[in-house]
Amino acid sequence: MFAFTEDEIVRYSRHILLPEVGGVGQQKLKEARVLIVGAGGLGSPAAFYLAAAGIGTIGIVDDDVVDLSNLQRQILHRTQDVGTPKVESARRALEDLNPGVKVVPYRFRLDAGNVMDLIREYDVIVDGVDNFATRYLLNDACVMAGKPLVDAGILRWDGLVMTIRPGEGPCYRCVFPEPPPPGAIPSCQEAGIIGAIAGIMGTIQALETVKLILGVGETLTGRLLVVDALEGRFRQVTARRDPGCPVCGENPTITQLVEYDLACDIRGNGAGDRTAAAGGAAN
Amino acid sequence: MAHDVPIDRELDLKGEVCPYTFVKSKLVLETMKPGEVLRVIVDHEPATGNVPRSMESEGHRVLSVGPAGERTWEIIVRKKE
Repeated sequence: MFAFTEDEIVRYSRHILLPEVGGVGQQKLKEARVLIVGAGGLGSPAAFYLAAAGIGTIGIVDDDVVDLSNLQRQILHRTQDVGTPKVESARRALEDLNPGVKVVPYRFRLDAGNVMDLIREYDVIVDGVDNFATRYLLNDACVMAGKPLVDAGILRWDGLVMTIRPGEGPCYRCVFPEPPPPGAIPSCQEAGIIGAIAGIMGTIQALETVKLILGVGETLTGRLLVVDALEGRFRQVTARRDPGCPVCGENPTITQLVEYDLACDIRGNGAGDRTAAAGGAAN
Repeated sequence: MAHDVPIDRELDLKGEVCPYTFVKSKLVLETMKPGEVLRVIVDHEPATGNVPRSMESEGHRVLSVGPAGERTWEIIVRKKE
């Protein structure tokens, strides 16, 4: 018999009704551990839906505090949270939504020294970062650790999402081998971002995570879903594993974690729009 | 007919309404072995239609649905193989 309480049966009843979930799937969600890197635009909806879904343990990494300019898209945080650490604001929001979820806050920046120990503790990693340095670090670390990584990037009205399952499909570097040069891609701080694109892409990340845990359906592995919210278009781009990939290829040249310079050029030009969303310089 | 079938599990869902009649039946079915038979008792009349329909849509075989006392009904279902 399942160890669900009466409240859990009611709370998750719409999940349990689904043939692909049931009590067995709900138990898997309860036992799952998901790490969300970034409590911003992508991390907010992803964390909300994962907490609502009954993921047993949600780790959240972010070293930042809530800024008034975040609230237009980072829906975990409230006006009264301005100035408080994002991980604390996130924990409050998620525990209010679902007290059955254990939220573990990590108030620091991910770096080459801490990433491996951190991801080892989790089953699925959700990338909601706002810079290329951390994005590549996370990709490389997840490939090395064999951890599934649900990656998304957003900028202006554009979004991109892909699920990286090391060994089973392309990693981020198979598609984008190196980060763009500093300044080539603007950040959302300079280029702007429409709030709801964060909601769409972060919500897709939550869906991908749930499917990975349940082992159902088709994940966006080897497929990049590209969203142009301004034109109202969803497009799928097939991507293959690159045997020459520097991190997941046959003869990897990156065997130690590398940290790129976080240098940020405040002037972007518009030329790299598509790649911008692909890389996701915003969060 | 159905009463000749040995019952492996009984589930009393009196007082429960839809969709919890099916949700709770499903949770029990998931823990049973393929081919085992479950008898569910309900007192919420719509459940006599809804629960067998949902069970069948998940591939189980409903053996019988009938009265089991005053304003109570039984649903007998065999778990899918």
